[in-house]
Parts: sequence; C-alpha cells; structure tokens
Amino acid sequence: MHATEALKEADRLMTVCNSCRYCEGLCAVFPAMEMRRAFSDGDLNYLANLCHSCGACYTDCQFSPPHEFNVNVPQTLAKVRNDSYKFYVWPRALAPLFERNGLAVSLIAALSVGVFFFGLMAINDPAVMFGVQTGPGAFYRIMSHNAMAGVFGAAFFYAIAALIMGFRMFWRDIGETRETLTNGVSVWQAMKDTMALRYLDGGGPGCFNEDERPTDRRRLYHHLTFYGFFLCLAATSTATLYHYLLGMQAPYPWYDLPVVLGTLGGIGLVIGPAGLMWAKVKRDPALRDENGRGMEMAFIAMLFLVSLTGLLLLVLRATPMMGTMLALHMGFVFGFFITMPYSKFVHGIYRFGALVRYAKERRALHEPTPSKAKALAIPNAKAGA
Amino acid sequence: MPGIGEVKVGIVVARDFPQDGTKGASRSDVRAGTVPVELTRKYDVLVVGGGNAALCAAISARRSGASVLVLEAAPKFYRGGNTRHTRNMRCAHDTATEILTGPYTEEEFWEDLLRVTGGQTDEELARFMIRESKEILHWIVEQGVRWQPSLGGTLSLGRTNSFFLGGGRAMLNALYRTAEDLGVDVLYDAEVVDLDIQDGRFQSTTVAYGGQRHKVRAAALVAAAGGFEANIEWLKQYWGDVAENFLIRGTPYNRGSVLKMLLDKGVQQIGDPTQCHAVAIDARAPKFDGGIITRLDCVVFGIVVNKNAERFYDEGEDIWPKRYAIWGRLVAAQPDQIAYIIFDGPSLEMFMPSLYPPVKADSIRELAGKLGLDPQALETTVETFNQAVRPGTFDHTILDDCRTEGLNPPKTHWARRIETAPFYAYPVRPGITFTYLGTRVNKEARMLMADGTPAANMFAAGEIMAGNVLGKGYAAGIGMTIGSVFGRIAGREAANNARN
Repeated sequence: MHATEALKEADRLMTVCNSCRYCEGLCAVFPAMEMRRAFSDGDLNYLANLCHSCGACYTDCQFSPPHEFNVNVPQTLAKVRNDSYKFYVWPRALAPLFERNGLAVSLIAALSVGVFFFGLMAINDPAVMFGVQTGPGAFYRIMSHNAMAGVFGAAFFYAIAALIMGFRMFWRDIGETRETLTNGVSVWQAMKDTMALRYLDGGGPGCFNEDERPTDRRRLYHHLTFYGFFLCLAATSTATLYHYLLGMQAPYPWYDLPVVLGTLGGIGLVIGPAGLMWAKVKRDPALRDENGRGMEMAFIAMLFLVSLTGLLLLVLRATPMMGTMLALHMGFVFGFFITMPYSKFVHGIYRFGALVRYAKERRALHEPTPSKAKALAIPNAKAGA
Repeated sequence: MPGIGEVKVGIVVARDFPQDGTKGASRSDVRAGTVPVELTRKYDVLVVGGGNAALCAAISARRSGASVLVLEAAPKFYRGGNTRHTRNMRCAHDTATEILTGPYTEEEFWEDLLRVTGGQTDEELARFMIRESKEILHWIVEQGVRWQPSLGGTLSLGRTNSFFLGGGRAMLNALYRTAEDLGVDVLYDAEVVDLDIQDGRFQSTTVAYGGQRHKVRAAALVAAAGGFEANIEWLKQYWGDVAENFLIRGTPYNRGSVLKMLLDKGVQQIGDPTQCHAVAIDARAPKFDGGIITRLDCVVFGIVVNKNAERFYDEGEDIWPKRYAIWGRLVAAQPDQIAYIIFDGPSLEMFMPSLYPPVKADSIRELAGKLGLDPQALETTVETFNQAVRPGTFDHTILDDCRTEGLNPPKTHWARRIETAPFYAYPVRPGITFTYLGTRVNKEARMLMADGTPAANMFAAGEIMAGNVLGKGYAAGIGMTIGSVFGRIAGREAANNARN
C-alpha cells in the first residue's frame, strides 16, 4: 500500500514500464527500475528524484495518453518528487510550507526584504542610508560586518543543518546506508553526472519541453544557474578570506577576484533562471505537476532576484542608491538562505543522493551474475538449439 | 467534388475503436472545414501509410527531389501502424559496431531467413534486401534515428539486431521530424477510400478527411499501408468465428483496405492469405494496441492447459524466442481460443515481468477455481505431469535434460514438478501481430500486375509487400528491415518515375 495517489500511480507505471523497457537507454530511471520487481514508497521516491524530467520517455512512449494505458512517467514522477520534499522535510512541523510553497517562499522573501530595508532605515541616519558611501568598509556603514556575518552565518548554517537532516530522512527511507555515501567511486560518479547534467538529454537527442521536438534548452539554463550559483558562492568565500586573512574590506574594485567571480556568477544567475522560467511557462502541461508550479516559480524568481539585486548593487554602489540596493540584496539573500530547506532548492540534494545510489547499483549490475555470464557466453540463441 | 461516384471500399466493418477508456483516440488534428495541406495540387509522389516504410519512402522520395504527400489514416498519436510497437531492426554487418556485439554476415542472415520461412521466400529479392540492409544501418541514422545497445532481456539479439533508442515510437518521431524538415506534407486522419488505377497506372486516389472526400492526384504511388491484422471481418474469412477471440497487438488502423483495393484492381498477390503471425499473449489485454507489455515469456517454466484443463503441446520443445510464434496458433486451435500457463513459486521471477499480475493460489484446486477450470481435472493433469518428470539439471538458457517420460504430449526440456505453493497462472489468447498477404514487387519495389508486367507508377513497401521476402515465420526485427530497405527504394524509384 502506498501513502499517496501519486505513489500508487507511480507503482502502476513502473509495472507497465518494467514489462516494456524500451526506454532503458534514455536515462537512469529505467535501468534502476529494472533492478526491481516490487516498488516501496522509498523505491519510488528514489526513482522520482533520479528523474531529471527530460520528457523523452513521454514522447517516445507508445502507451502515453490518449492510449488507455495512460503512461505518463514525467508527470507522475514530478508529483511523487514534489511530495517527497514535504515528506522528508526537517523539522517535520514545517512540512506545511510545502503545501503552498510558492506563496510561503514569496511571503518569507518579502518579509525578509522588508525587515532588512526598514530595519536598516530605522537604525541608520538617512544621510548614511541614502547618501553616497565609498571606499573600504562602505557597506559596513549601513550594516556592521559582524552583524552581517552573524546574521547570514546563522541563517546559512541553519539551512545546511536542516538540509542534512532532510537528506538523512530520505537516505534512510530509500533503504540506503552510510557506506554508500563514503564510497568515493559512487560519489565521484554522481558528481560528474550532476556537473554535466548527464541525464537531462533524453539519452542523446536532447530534452523535450513544449512538443515532440527535442529543442529544449533547460540543460543550458540549468548550467548557467548552477555554475552561476557556485561562482557567487566562490565570490563570497573569497571575500571572506580577503576580509579575515588579508584585512581587505569590501567593496573591492571591479577587477578584483570577488567582484569578477560575483559578476560572472550573477550574470549566469540572471540568464539561467530567466531561461528556466521561460521554459516552464512554455512547458507542455502534460509533462508537469500543476501543484508544483508555485514552488518552481518562487524558487527561480528568488534566484533571479538575488542575482539581479546583487548586480544592481555593483552598478549602483557609488550612488545614493547603494544603501537601498544593499538592503534589498541582503533581504533576498537572507530569504533564500532560510528557505533553502523549504524550497525547490532541495531537489539538488535528493537528486545527488539518488545519483550516488544509482552509481552504486549500476556497478553492481555490470558485474555479471552466473546466469548472465552464461547468457553472454552464448552470443546467439541458436547456439542452444 | 466532381468525378467521384460511388466509392468502393474493400471491406467495411463498424469501427469498434475507440472504446471506452481510450479517451483521446478520437482527438485528432481534424478541424472542420480546413485541410492543413493543399490537396488540389498534383504531387510527384503520394505515400499511403504512416509507418517506417512509408516515412522512409517519403524521405527518400523528397531527397530525390520529388514533392511528397503522406496520407496516414490514423490520428497523429496512433500514426505509424505496427512501427509504434517495434524496437529493433535486423541488418547485416561485417564487423561489430558500437552497439552490435559481433558480425552478422549476409550469408548468416540469409540462412536465418531461409530457416524461419522454410524456403517460402524469393531468394533473389531476399538476398538483395539483405545486401541493402547493410547500408540501411547507416542510412537510417542519417534520417535522425538513434541506436542503443540491445535492451535488457534481449541479450540473444545483441549481435544481430540494432535497437532504437527509446523504441519504435521514438524512431517514428525522428523520421517524421526529418520528413517535415525536408518539406514532406503529412495528413493524419486521412483514409484512402478509393484508388483510380487504369492499366497498371495509378491516376488518383479518393481520401476521406474531415467528413469530406477529396480527390488527390500524384505522378507515382507508394503503398505502405500495412496488412489487415486489425480487420476482424477479413480474418474471419479464413479463420471463421474463431477470429472473434483474437487480440490484435497493434493499432486498430491496420485494416488492409489499401491492400484489398490494390489486389482488386489487378495487382499480383503474394503470400498466404490465410496466415498471420500469432503469439500467445495475456488474455486480459485490450482488444487492440496492447503491444509488447502483454507478451508472456513463461511457457517453458510450466505447463499450458486448455479450458478442459488438458495439456496439448510440448512446452519444452525449443528455446523460447524461437518458438514464441507457434503458441498463438496452438491456442487458436483450442476450444474458445483460450489457454492457461500454470507454474509454481520458484519460477515466478525467472522471466520478464508483464503488465498483468499472474492469478495466484495456495493450491492447484484453488487455482482452478479462480480460472474457472474443473479443479479435479487440473489436479489430475498437474499430478500426471509431476509423476512423469525425470530428474535433471535445470537450466533455462540451454536445451537442458529436464524432461518427462511416458507423457503425451511430452515436455522435452525444462520439465520441473509443479509442487511448490503458491501456484500461478496466466490466461492466454492468440495475439495477432501481422499478416502475410501482400502485393508482388520487384527489386525496384515496383508492384507487378497479375499478368507479371511491372506497374507503370506504383510501388509498395513494408508489411504490405513483406510476403515477398517473408512467406511465413518470423525473425525478430525483420519487418523493420523490409520496411526501411524497400521504403527507401520505393521512394527513390517513385521520385525517378515521377520525373520521367
């Protein structure tokens, strides 16, 4: 028995797919499915998080709707996946945040921006807040460095802790062990698969989004978003080292490493989310989970606004707008940090876990069992006759 | 439209499809009053049909410079006939490739074909096709189709057959994309209801589309509209009412109406009209289009009984894929065209899973009750079988030494006692895959008229002419080879024909 209708449907589909297997060359989901005959909730949550939503199996399926077998794997796994975020959330009491996630994340972000903006306005002299600040330490005249480090550090580490707890729930529920995570081969394989988005290409021809043509650009947009995000993280880390090790205070000149990294990352993190949002708008309704739309849009919008305000801060930092832009940027960044465990951000964590498990399973599969070795030794069935 | 009188259609039966539950089968691209392509112009090449052969013909004709119209009777989703359900193609190759584990020479292909057809093949045409198949392996990739290594559960085909990435529908989608990009016009829901043929020369066709009839002219015709396996009335001509109990594995649109028209209008017939390729599939499958997932690979693991709970054939005669095809025919010969594969617990996970779960019971008696069989009779059959089983070493990958003694019919391999609960059963019926009746063609894929003269401008490709090469029997993936090889040739020749 399954916990939800979506899991029940996923179980039905995996039975259909397991007796067909035409799609096994498309991605990781189908080979992983073939290793099983029965599907627990944990198995289905694993498969759902392994699915990159490339859409190829829907377009390729002879049994997709309007066929009476009604096989729609991308949509069903999207539902299961979106439900799984709620199921594994830590603390459990915050599961309702995934019910109407778009609204929840938007409200938290708005609140965060409001608190930063009005809070900084309240504590600062208007002449400072809306005046021109330049030279080393300009930002810290709006909010002290220690306050910034404290507030953002706390938010960030809380988010990391909550993500780890959620991941533990997921990992245990799908039946995995600590050993798998400490296996360097599996983890390295999963990292390569993640960094290349190996399974977001429909097995080679590309992804499907709007129609039957593999014209989808989501892989490109996701790369821009993903690498943009890490460049921004690298920018912040470099700046931290500058501050504490070299005693150099922000803002840094435009050609300095933290600014270069942040600018490049910020550009990726503007174009990437914009492209993803456009792709989502145009996506064939048959492929998507309607209930997950708010969550996806809120997350993408948040990324977009974080980077947009960051870039504007860079451009306007020598003007009286600096204080306002800094408040807005910090508001969005803080909102982003604290909603990380309660937003679409978690998809990356669970998918990475699923890829680690798949890397392990794939290796096991390719070590031939006795019967397979025997079958392989007879290249032609006729040999037995 | 002037000039269209009474339209004669080969065989008309009420369409029993879509049925309830096939929600969108009626959904189509037809918009009242509009036709997305220009039907009044004269095309160079008209392709009737929408599967692998039709699209290869359309692409090849277009690449040869012809203007091409494809008329597909099915709605867009169901386009492509049996191609939707295929997954691989058998092509000769002299060396292993990225996806093929070893060479498969022309000679070996020919020997395989000779064996499965029992000699019912045109050697010259067949050898020609096999030679051409080598090139198709690459040509089809140029048309956008992608290969992948052989699928799970089909290791025995890894050397001989090339598998389509994503299966037959993915292959079709790729061909349609290429055809559209090249400027081939495609019309769905467009059923050819008449062909105007004068002295072996195609003049025009009448097409039913959007509730209206249109006359479409073209300089050459390629018929690639498949067989008649979905036409139960036609099947009944040869099988009698027995055919009512047949399940059709492919789409309900393979009605053979174009084949019938061509034969009625003087094209030479080939292939045994009474024969069709039938396998045993799950009796719970839908009437049409159940495809691959209703097949059952487990005959060798148990016994097969009819509705009287009696065995009727040696379940262990040969390795499964090879004897796959005989069981449809065997079941068709049983009362009510139904049979039951009976096996026990230890065998359950030894074969590929299928769509429907097996019927399960703790005893043979209970199993019989669930199947509606006489419990006493089934117990007796199983008991008699068990007593006849001789000891041996079970190995389902070879012809092992597990057999019965003193049993009629015997089970000559893989005979193991059915004694460990739970007990399982699959009900099976004949599942019709394709028919052998077709139009005679030559190496140009040009149809021959009844008197042996080549048709002026008519070509055929795919299942509609498969009987030239495959008079009976079957080898995995050969239907696609016939479709692609002759489709490509038919398109090219039709384009040349249209130019001259």
